[in-house]
Amino acid sequence: MSDWEVVIGLEIHAQLATRSKIFSGSPTAYGAPPNTQADLVDLAYPGVLPVLNARAVQMAVKFGLAVGATVARRSVFARKNYFYPDLPKGYQISQYELPVVARGSLNIMLDDGAVKTVGITRAHLEEDAGKSLHEGLANASGIDLNRAGTPLLEIVSEPDMRSAKEAVAYMKKIHTLVRYLEICDGNMQEGSFRCDANVSVRPRGQEKFGTRAEIKNLNSFRFVEKAIQYEVARQVELIESGGKVVQETRLYDSDKDETRPMRSKEEANDYRYFPDPDLLPVEIDEPFIEAVRATLPELPDQKAARFARDFGLSPYDAGVLSASRELGAYFEAVVAGLSASQAKLAANWVMGELSGALNRDSVDIERSRIDPAQLTGLLNRIVDNTISGKIAKEVFEAMWSEGKAADAIIEAKGLRQITDAGAIESVIDAVIAANPKQLADYRSGKDKLFGFFVGQVMKATGGKANPAQLNDLLKAKLGGGNA
Amino acid sequence: MLHNLSIGELADRLIKRQISSTELTQHFLGRIERLNPALNAMITLTQKQALADAAAADARLAAGERGPLLGIPLIHKDIFCTDGVKTSCGSRMLDNFVAPYDATVVARLKAAGTVMLGKSNMDEFAMGSSNETSYYGPVKNPWDTSKVPGGSSGGSAAATAARLTPFATGTDTGGSIRQPAALTGVTGLKPTYGRVSRYGMIAFASSLDQAGVFTRSAADAAAVLQAMAGFDPRDSTSVDVPVPDYSSDLSQPLKGMKIGLLREFFEGLEPRNAALLEDALNIYTGLGAETFQVSLPHLPLSVPTYYVVAPAECSSNLSRFDGVRYGYRCENPKDLMDLYKRSRGEGFGAEVKRRIMTGTYVLSAGYFDAYYLKAQKARRLITDDFRAAFAKVDLVIGPTTPTPAFDIGAKMDDPVLMYLNDIYTIGANLAGLPGVSVPCGFVDGLPMGLQLIGPHFAEAKLLNAAHQYQQATDWHTHTPRGYA
Repeated sequence: MSDWEVVIGLEIHAQLATRSKIFSGSPTAYGAPPNTQADLVDLAYPGVLPVLNARAVQMAVKFGLAVGATVARRSVFARKNYFYPDLPKGYQISQYELPVVARGSLNIMLDDGAVKTVGITRAHLEEDAGKSLHEGLANASGIDLNRAGTPLLEIVSEPDMRSAKEAVAYMKKIHTLVRYLEICDGNMQEGSFRCDANVSVRPRGQEKFGTRAEIKNLNSFRFVEKAIQYEVARQVELIESGGKVVQETRLYDSDKDETRPMRSKEEANDYRYFPDPDLLPVEIDEPFIEAVRATLPELPDQKAARFARDFGLSPYDAGVLSASRELGAYFEAVVAGLSASQAKLAANWVMGELSGALNRDSVDIERSRIDPAQLTGLLNRIVDNTISGKIAKEVFEAMWSEGKAADAIIEAKGLRQITDAGAIESVIDAVIAANPKQLADYRSGKDKLFGFFVGQVMKATGGKANPAQLNDLLKAKLGGGNA
Repeated sequence: MLHNLSIGELADRLIKRQISSTELTQHFLGRIERLNPALNAMITLTQKQALADAAAADARLAAGERGPLLGIPLIHKDIFCTDGVKTSCGSRMLDNFVAPYDATVVARLKAAGTVMLGKSNMDEFAMGSSNETSYYGPVKNPWDTSKVPGGSSGGSAAATAARLTPFATGTDTGGSIRQPAALTGVTGLKPTYGRVSRYGMIAFASSLDQAGVFTRSAADAAAVLQAMAGFDPRDSTSVDVPVPDYSSDLSQPLKGMKIGLLREFFEGLEPRNAALLEDALNIYTGLGAETFQVSLPHLPLSVPTYYVVAPAECSSNLSRFDGVRYGYRCENPKDLMDLYKRSRGEGFGAEVKRRIMTGTYVLSAGYFDAYYLKAQKARRLITDDFRAAFAKVDLVIGPTTPTPAFDIGAKMDDPVLMYLNDIYTIGANLAGLPGVSVPCGFVDGLPMGLQLIGPHFAEAKLLNAAHQYQQATDWHTHTPRGYA
């Protein structure tokens, strides 16, 4: 395989978290029985008219400000005309020539820690379509219009990504951002956050882009990565075997891990876009923009920079802990009960034990069985040497399953660390007396046996001996060695 | 006779309890039963509901409630959705469609206490100038039943002219109120675009459609517009400007009013039509108005512009009629494409299909700039012409139609000839301006209309000028033979 460069651009569809639809008063809640959340406007009854939901515009503007984009003072809704049963009007209301948001950018962190800026061409408002239902209906298809008219923000990137990993990093960053901004719940299983990937390859050094294929409707980070990897391999193989990539829309089949053509450009619809005469142009003035700007939270990059600066965390740790607002808030609440120098300890525990337990049991951090104050309680026992880090993990598991405070578990299980030198010494004496051969070997230079003695003492004390004390006392007792 | 009384006179008698709404309703229902078969002005009659509504209005009157339209019967064009009542839009596509809600116009007039007698015949989806494209057959002109009544609101116009109702609603996209009003000898008002809500009015061309009214006088039109007009949060294109009292200015003297004679309208006008306009201008100058020549140089572009913009919007607006959720569905569709093709192929008539095809074409990739965009530019130029004219004059005046009512069938084979019938009315739609047509005499025994067009939201001034003309003339009181 010669040297190919991969070029990827993403079109992300984020469902906006408005209570009602973009052009009607129907609720947007997911999972209701079919067609119970579709009113006459959603059903496109004769004579009905769309009325724009101002909340959707605020959310789009919020996104635009967060990615440093230009918010259009005047944007226009257009009709995209095509026939499909899940599209009741026979056209989708979208923004075409004049989108509400244009020319923004977002930074992503690459595996090597380098930061890359990805351009955001535009973000526009549009309505979602309904769903066709084919299961359980003999010789017929059903239509569920609950989703019809749900507001979407379509976020279109520049073709700036150069690998599947970069594409995933960008998508994750947008995912983080829209949840920070509270404009999208980010629920990918329910389709609230999904993307289309435009993928092409070109010989490295060539300026002109290769012919691209568009992979539709990817609704998980893993699928985005796998679909792009498959598609890149397919295109490279095709070109290297003398073939040509055709511009087409493809679907990713996750069961077979392959992409398949959906429709080619030649049979593409002519959507006959034109401005929707039922809706006035959206006029946005400075006070509106400023009012939205005032609602912007601390953004992920700002939070990560602050964590790195104030708590001395590595850029990686700071990035992980700011990946969601909830995780960041949890971490900060834990740190608040510790001294600043213990922030790294808190970071390790939040990213390690806590995240592990949350993942294992599929629990959201807001519903964590150990709240920040309880975790702080546990970490304080490490800091004040009541327990060792190793025992702390055992206490953590007990806290997780029993829901009790660290101190209660330490007392109940007698896990308090032995810090009484005399008590530790008497155990050491007993261990040495019971292992004369090892003692001799050690003293004759087998340094590694130091660990054996540590292990024996820990075993005898149930792991409760203070490790630092044990080290010092053991060295003194064994003497003669080189440790 | 009751049916010759104005809305104001009827309201007065209702309030004085000299007649009841029930009697009035029975009177008009009786006329419809007797006279409509020769006219075919109606698609649906709602006798039972009408009598119930009349009884309710009588109860409100008995309780001391007062209102200029309380207890007054009306007919709605079948383009307005009426809750629980068939709303066909003159099409086979909606022959089985019972609307589940009231259009805002219907709801407002209902709240004012009107009594709906039924729904009137119309060109299919309001596409036509003669009422011959209706699935329910052509409407006949009460002045001569071999003639068309004009369109698309031909049923409402004929019913008002034949005194089957005190008034009727209509819609005007390119002249569909003013042209049939002229051809049937009644007063037809098309308000400013955005003055009356379009919610519940089945869309033909959204940027041009406007609801209005047929009455027998400008004074009656003022009373009806009062109830219809106003901002509607459900129509984003309705305009939130205060609604003035349309009746209070009717009697204002016209002294000093500047009336513009549209050169483009008068050039090449048929001599008898020109003579009627000459008479009307003399009346106006006699009333103290001053006349000026004004020119709208881009007005000759209005028909071609309209026949790009209106079909473009209609091709998209009518996509919802796909046989899936309501309306006509073909028998035994083989698959989805077959369902679409046959439902639409069988449900729509020829003129609707012609406009959908034209509209689809002008929006297509490669043609959009040459047709749709160019038409939008021409539309802007026409609007600017009107704006310049209204910097000089208060209103402009001209004929409503080039000729009186023509024979049924005469123009059905030649769409362009049919389209030219709207040559004087389309400009106001493209510019969103209010216009009114009032009867101004007869040619060959058939009524002709005088058209007044004003600046945006100048309905009060238009009605004032129309009312003063009707105070000085009696053309609007002429009744077709057999309908007096």
